[in-house]
Amino acid sequence: MAEGALLDAAMIETIMLTLKLATVTTVVLLLVGTPLAWWLARSRGLWKDVVATVVALPIVLPPTVLGFYLLIAMGPDSPLTALLGRKLSFTFEGLVVGSVVYSLPFVVNPIRNAFEAMGPRPMEVAATLRASPLDAFFTVALPLALPGLFTGAILGFAHTVGEFGVVLMIGGGIPGVTKVLSVTIFDYVETLQWAKAHILAGGMLAMSFVVILAMMLAERRLKKARR
Amino acid sequence: MIPPKSAMRIGCAALLALLVPTDPARAGETLAAVAANFTEAAKEIGTAFADATGHTVSYSFGPTGQIYTQITQGAPFELFLAADQARPERAEAEGYAVPGARFTYAVGQLVLWSPDPARVAGRDALAAPDLTHIAIANPRTAPYGAAAVEVMRALGVYDALAPKLVEGKSISQAHQFVATGNAEVGFVALSQIVGHDAGSRWAVPQEMYTPIRQDAVLLAAGADSAAAKAYLAFLQGPEARAIIARYGYGTGD
Repeated sequence: MAEGALLDAAMIETIMLTLKLATVTTVVLLLVGTPLAWWLARSRGLWKDVVATVVALPIVLPPTVLGFYLLIAMGPDSPLTALLGRKLSFTFEGLVVGSVVYSLPFVVNPIRNAFEAMGPRPMEVAATLRASPLDAFFTVALPLALPGLFTGAILGFAHTVGEFGVVLMIGGGIPGVTKVLSVTIFDYVETLQWAKAHILAGGMLAMSFVVILAMMLAERRLKKARR
Repeated sequence: MIPPKSAMRIGCAALLALLVPTDPARAGETLAAVAANFTEAAKEIGTAFADATGHTVSYSFGPTGQIYTQITQGAPFELFLAADQARPERAEAEGYAVPGARFTYAVGQLVLWSPDPARVAGRDALAAPDLTHIAIANPRTAPYGAAAVEVMRALGVYDALAPKLVEGKSISQAHQFVATGNAEVGFVALSQIVGHDAGSRWAVPQEMYTPIRQDAVLLAAGADSAAAKAYLAFLQGPEARAIIARYGYGTGD
């Protein structure tokens, strides 16, 4: 490492890649997770419980289980590969898919809770005011659930930054493509480059602390403003 | 059906039997940290060792670099069977291992392998145009990975193939990438595929890479353990060497 420079080029590359992965994953998660959370909050019956269970699975399953199945699912003989016409393993897109699955409950659950806390009243009032369901969703439900969306986005982002097992199993550690922060730190620890490991690991620790603290403070402020 | 009360009694007796050592001088226990690539051979050697000496050995398998880091942080391992020479040497130099007991217990053989029976006929498999990914172990941490890079450099194809390389954190993961078909071919250890006839392979000639000598050392925690010393002796004996050779390793000299 150059004298005075805290980060070398490889470290900057891995940081930028990780931020890109977390950003793309969070956007996809909000787009997929919000309708899913809405459906889970509003519907009844067995199907809802089954789907909610599937969404929650990544919380309890070890990343090796998810990584193993994702690796199989992205392999040459899988229906997914046939559908896409190419393998997803060892690609950035593959990591996004893996991260979306892995972080899904962390985004869906807070949004779902926000929708449930809102109760049926606001949507009923909107309907009596002749708002179409879609209109009411965007002008009433979504703004009311904003704290939940906010929490979900932050948790999804932070969880993706912190992901290790899944990216290790489907990524292949390609610099600039799939070699994210957690894998790079693992590499440094393995090769006894503890100074570099300390810089990245310490940075992640500080960032995670700031993100979670900021989230809690912002959430409280949002709730207060609502009252 | 055993009535619950006597089942309880039997259970208590069994627990007590576990707690009371039967013959401490004869039946010792030792804990060995073993490089992941040696897993299967080590298990068989462990069984043979128990039959031959009455001692038992437990294993902790992992990547050599990780094991070494754990040893420096006070892991309770008594023996260290590494995937390289560097880490045992370093353990000796830094006082984590008992000096003078280090030896080469196995010499790894590098193989280019594919589960597809038609894919690997020789070194030309690396030039196949439909090859999208080549799996190797992390060349910075795993000797098999470093050897794979050496071979590709020796063949003059490394720069051309670099964009196709995917790294497993260990040789086990490189093998997994190929076995699941996510990489079409990979440089793996002969020991990983020695039991399977499926697929196709090219045994890389030894002169193309630095011999992958795997060294073993007695760690400081095992300095006074009779079982640990017995294991090292057994590992150098003919019975263990036969097992090691059967699992696709050279046995050094």
